[in-house]
Amino acid sequence: MHKLLNDSPGEKIMLLGNEAIARGAIEAGVAFATTYPGTPSSEISLNLFQMSRESDLYFEYSTNEKVALEVAAAAANSGLRTFCMMKHVGLNVAADPLMTLAYVGVTGGLVILTADDPAMFSSQNEQDNRYYAKFGNLPMLEPSSVPEAKEMIKYAFELSEELNQPVLLRTTTRINHSNAFVTFGDIKSIETKGRFVREPSRYVTVPAVSRQLHAKLLEKMDKARAISETSPFNPVSGSGDFGIIANGVSFHYAQDAVKDLGMEDTTKILRLGFSNPMPEKQIKDFLMDCKKVLVIEEGEPFMEEAVKAFAQEAGIMIPVKGKSETLFSRLYEYDPAMVREKIAAYFEIDYTPKEKLSADDVPQIPMRPPNLCSGCSHRATFYEVKKAAKDMDIICPTDIGCYTLGFLPPLNTGDFVICMGSSVSSSCGFGKATDQKVVSFIGDSTFFHSGITGLVNAVFNNHNFTLVILENGITAMTGHQPHPGADMERFGLDGYGRVNIEKLVRAIGVEHVSIIKPFKVKKSIEIIKEALEYKGVSVILSQEPCALYARSMKMLKPRAFKVSDRCVDHRECINSIACPSFYLEDGKVKIDADTCVGCAVCAQICPENAITPLKK
Amino acid sequence: METTRLIMVAVGGQGNLLASKVLGEAALISQVPVRMSEIHGMAQRGGVVESAIVFGDATSSIISDGEADILLGFEPAETLRALNRCSKDTKVITNTATLPPFTVSIGKGVYPDVEKIKELLKNKCASLVAIDAMKLARQAGSPMSVNIVLLGALVQSKSLSFTKEDVVEAIKRRTKSAFLEMNLKAFDLGFKAAQTCNA
Repeated sequence: MHKLLNDSPGEKIMLLGNEAIARGAIEAGVAFATTYPGTPSSEISLNLFQMSRESDLYFEYSTNEKVALEVAAAAANSGLRTFCMMKHVGLNVAADPLMTLAYVGVTGGLVILTADDPAMFSSQNEQDNRYYAKFGNLPMLEPSSVPEAKEMIKYAFELSEELNQPVLLRTTTRINHSNAFVTFGDIKSIETKGRFVREPSRYVTVPAVSRQLHAKLLEKMDKARAISETSPFNPVSGSGDFGIIANGVSFHYAQDAVKDLGMEDTTKILRLGFSNPMPEKQIKDFLMDCKKVLVIEEGEPFMEEAVKAFAQEAGIMIPVKGKSETLFSRLYEYDPAMVREKIAAYFEIDYTPKEKLSADDVPQIPMRPPNLCSGCSHRATFYEVKKAAKDMDIICPTDIGCYTLGFLPPLNTGDFVICMGSSVSSSCGFGKATDQKVVSFIGDSTFFHSGITGLVNAVFNNHNFTLVILENGITAMTGHQPHPGADMERFGLDGYGRVNIEKLVRAIGVEHVSIIKPFKVKKSIEIIKEALEYKGVSVILSQEPCALYARSMKMLKPRAFKVSDRCVDHRECINSIACPSFYLEDGKVKIDADTCVGCAVCAQICPENAITPLKK
Repeated sequence: METTRLIMVAVGGQGNLLASKVLGEAALISQVPVRMSEIHGMAQRGGVVESAIVFGDATSSIISDGEADILLGFEPAETLRALNRCSKDTKVITNTATLPPFTVSIGKGVYPDVEKIKELLKNKCASLVAIDAMKLARQAGSPMSVNIVLLGALVQSKSLSFTKEDVVEAIKRRTKSAFLEMNLKAFDLGFKAAQTCNA
């Protein structure tokens, strides 16, 4: 049985934040869960997916976040407890249903989790999604620790049902990817089937209906504000006339700092865990007893601006600071020492930071950037496109996935990426706005997510570019989740359909469609050349399973290659494809037999045919 | 309880996430409060993987630059790269077996001399235990047990507030039973090597 399904209340176990959240959802009796995977949220859904196979939970990997939220909206309005999770930028994709679902509300509890990524460990921006709660009028909860995340999600469902409103649960990477001890609670039983009560005056959002709904929404938020005023998730700790208001992980940095600086008798901390609507009266009372206040929050001055407004309304004249050039930044994540230093500076406490070690005599350490795996088919495809487009002035819009790494040298096949699906639509723009040849790249999962509409646009508006769809059969980057083109029988799962990308592309009306097997180098280059010459929209499907996935599923038996004596040190292999299995020993190119999977791409490009299979 | 801050740095695939799980379990067994933080996602495609483990009463789950009490490095150049996490009071334990980054192969950088790395770490930090964990892992039965060899060396340093027995029990609970014998051997080899190194 899955470890998170153990019905063993009181059991103490070390869990990753995302596992704790998944367990919390199970304890809350979640019946229905939808997602599109994205770091740092991915392990929540991975665990729910695994558990759905041994429980009554319905779980789906939806095509994208908008779809996931719309599916969830229907389930929640059929009365089921529903959980919809995504990374922060995923909520942009789901923003359209989000804003109006807030008007409509829910009957069964609906919790929408947004996993924000301050410092952008694996994201294209560090937007602060707390503003979605304010923008859309959604109650919001923010945990400060892993065990609290589990408790908060349970409460989030209760709150959602009390208000008939979707609730936003906002985490940050340091919650999702931290581990701590968690104590299991009781598991609530699941209602597996609901019933939708037809009520067009609530659910059909024509203007006349929505005018009513907006007014009701504001009433609900007044009710939410009253609940927030007395919420145990907004605790005040300590006493004194120095005040700190903090949220999320910053609360713990502040708590540790106050202790380290010996300020426990002079400082009180308000932690906002129920942070939209904010507890206005509680905050005003807190300010009333303080001489000066510091607001500590990663990202934007979300709380700070509200606190300042409350102070103004209440006629409280004390200094309230947060973001400024000398205090906290709106950039990146915070850390305990930095918070300690800022608290000491603001409240004028003596503090000497630990002396930094001198690095003057430390030699330059070679970088270790992330790289495409050994035997990754994307590397082969990028190499072949480069060869085929050798004399062309090209632009390579790319997309979000492992293959974004193709932008690095020596492959240099990534020039523009802003969001999921942008490779296709931006190719339309580049193709019209310039005379350069546009060759773009998108993974299969990303193509389903949001590449299809761009391709329809390209056919309709008669654009001119070549789109390479990297069809590796899986959502690789986030940990091998299935997508609509995946072979679910490989997962040992029946009851799924499968969408054929080639048929889909042809049905859209793309006239020039070709298929390459990227490990056949010469043949692939020829096919790509022909596609590049086509005037109009051409699509190349590069079909080869993800090597990492194939290896883990035992679909691929590695057969390592070696560099033989024939090598005369052209280094065409290393310099043009940069496979991480290559290394240098006494100035000679070698292949690491432990990591080489035997894709044989290097063997095909070696001018001396010096790379040959290793005989065991 | 006093707070002990441990940073582990490794190259993707060296098994440092399992090593942190074992330490977490040992903390649970010995009832030491613990919080850990990991880097996932893009960082795992052959890049550097870092875990921060905070034992004791502090409530934060990450460790600031200069504030690691112990640095456990799975690869010598990565240990040196993590020097900014250390102070003159930090105890350093490192593997000496190198995994040169790919950038070295394509001529974008030179791998520093391992003896020089050891000298720098020793001079700047409170103490250094440097062992060839790869050699010991092979001796235990598989290169995959490098992580457990290093745990042995870490426990020998007596910087953590739990016993050798607690960690052995945690290895039993957290690693696959098929590899248990090998892992226990690896743990022991690491422990003993660190003893000799300290002597």
